[in-house]
Amino acid sequence: MQALLHAIVEPGFFADGAVQTAAALGGVVAVVAGLIGVFTVIRSQAFAGHALSDIGSAGGSSAYLIGLAPLWGFVGISVLAAAAMERIGVQRARGRDVATGVVLGVGFALASLFLYLGMTYHNASGEIPTILFGSVFTLSASDLPLVMGLGAVALLVVLTLYRPLLLASVSPELAAARGVRVRLVGGAYLLALAITVALCDLTIGAILSTALLVGPAAAALRLTGRPHRAALLAAGISLACTWLGLLLAWDSFYWPPLRHGWPVSFFIVTLVLIAYLAAGALARGQTKRG
Amino acid sequence: MVNAWIVASLAAVVGGAVGFFVVMRGASFVAHAIPNGSFAGAAGATLVGASTIAGLGIFSVGGALGIGLLGRRGRRDVATALTLVFMLGLGALFLSLSAESSEAAYSLLFGEVLGISANEIVPTLALAVASLIVLGLLWRPLLLDSVLPERSSGRRLLAVDLAFLLLVAMTTTMTVPVVGTTLIFTLMIAPAAAARALTARPGVALALSSAVALVTVWGAIALSYTTNWPVGFFVGALGACAYAASHAAARSGDGGPGRTAGRG
Repeated sequence: MQALLHAIVEPGFFADGAVQTAAALGGVVAVVAGLIGVFTVIRSQAFAGHALSDIGSAGGSSAYLIGLAPLWGFVGISVLAAAAMERIGVQRARGRDVATGVVLGVGFALASLFLYLGMTYHNASGEIPTILFGSVFTLSASDLPLVMGLGAVALLVVLTLYRPLLLASVSPELAAARGVRVRLVGGAYLLALAITVALCDLTIGAILSTALLVGPAAAALRLTGRPHRAALLAAGISLACTWLGLLLAWDSFYWPPLRHGWPVSFFIVTLVLIAYLAAGALARGQTKRG
Repeated sequence: MVNAWIVASLAAVVGGAVGFFVVMRGASFVAHAIPNGSFAGAAGATLVGASTIAGLGIFSVGGALGIGLLGRRGRRDVATALTLVFMLGLGALFLSLSAESSEAAYSLLFGEVLGISANEIVPTLALAVASLIVLGLLWRPLLLDSVLPERSSGRRLLAVDLAFLLLVAMTTTMTVPVVGTTLIFTLMIAPAAAARALTARPGVALALSSAVALVTVWGAIALSYTTNWPVGFFVGALGACAYAASHAAARSGDGGPGRTAGRG
């Protein structure tokens, strides 16, 4: 029994301080991303969410350049980009795609500049993979209150607006007829999305954070049509993927090439994709039987 | 310098032309996902010692097929997002395993246009011509399906869609090694969106889109050469300027075509 357990969980996993911090931080972020992500999927804003996270790499690199904590860079630039998208027209179904694309293009431009400046003047080469691909094991426990606070803000926005947001997401016309201020609600949601994405950027990296935001939520929505049930399910899937990813990354230290761990983000992303495909297969099986 | 100029011009013409359909079909996310995800192919190629072009080709075609097939069931944007992040996750793994320097990762993501050598011109030219021929062959079905998707049967729609995705993949393979995964995205979106704001006629918009892309790239290379800042930055900035300017022009042009048709 002991040997089996050791084969699954390499020794030292639960006792390691970095792992505990990573599990706590990653867990908080995973739950927030799963809950918020359900609305992202219902509103078909996966591209917007992904664009915000990509643009986050500009924020992370600029924060490094001026000596701020990366989290503030991620949050600041995501909120700014969300405002720009809202301004150009992310809410209109037709203009959304291009609005997001144009803002993302500008974000990339800034990211390439800041990363270049960082490499040239600050010798920040080691930071680039961290900003782009994240590194949950390097986070410190002192980040936890801030991450929890920001996550709570995002959740509070969505919970307060739950009913009007749901209505505006499913049928904007009906919501407008009922007196919901669709654009205001959408803007507030975009703000919550920007904060969530910034948190994901911190843990699994700017270019991979879409996985946590979209994957678990889309998997959950394949299994259930009820939004609140889907949100809870998404949070669960997201948490499971994150923790299992941490465990596998820890184990991978003993895989080839030896003494070189595989990136956590790779495991999380792969698990999320598997969850999505499994949910699809499960849903199809159910409809066939029913 | 001359090599960079030729190759980047080719990338701009093809990117602008393909971009016209990207904007028309509302496929910005796909146009972002395929080039960005194919970065993993380049990283994998360096890991196993294969040629970069082969790696890029395999991953961009794989990404196109993944998006096309996953997107048949369920939501297209979710399928695109998951295909993209999975490829990027693989890229992160390959980079980490090959202990690739972060400068190499940077040049893959954001391009290295000034370091292009003369022997890259011929393959790029060949792929550019091939892309334009495919675009010409697909011209009518693509245009019809983009404007009136309900007119076509489901099976043909899927075929045209897959052909379009593969076209994006081909453009990606050709341009990524020279201009980076992000630059090609910007070249596909901003000029085409600008052109669509100015005219509603497809042929004119396509030519205009390529022209705007060319001007953007030439300006960016010149600015990058003088300031020593990355080309990608100037391409993004100039592209956004072109988009903003064309929309301002369309708005002041007394309800021109941009009012009705250029919003897509």
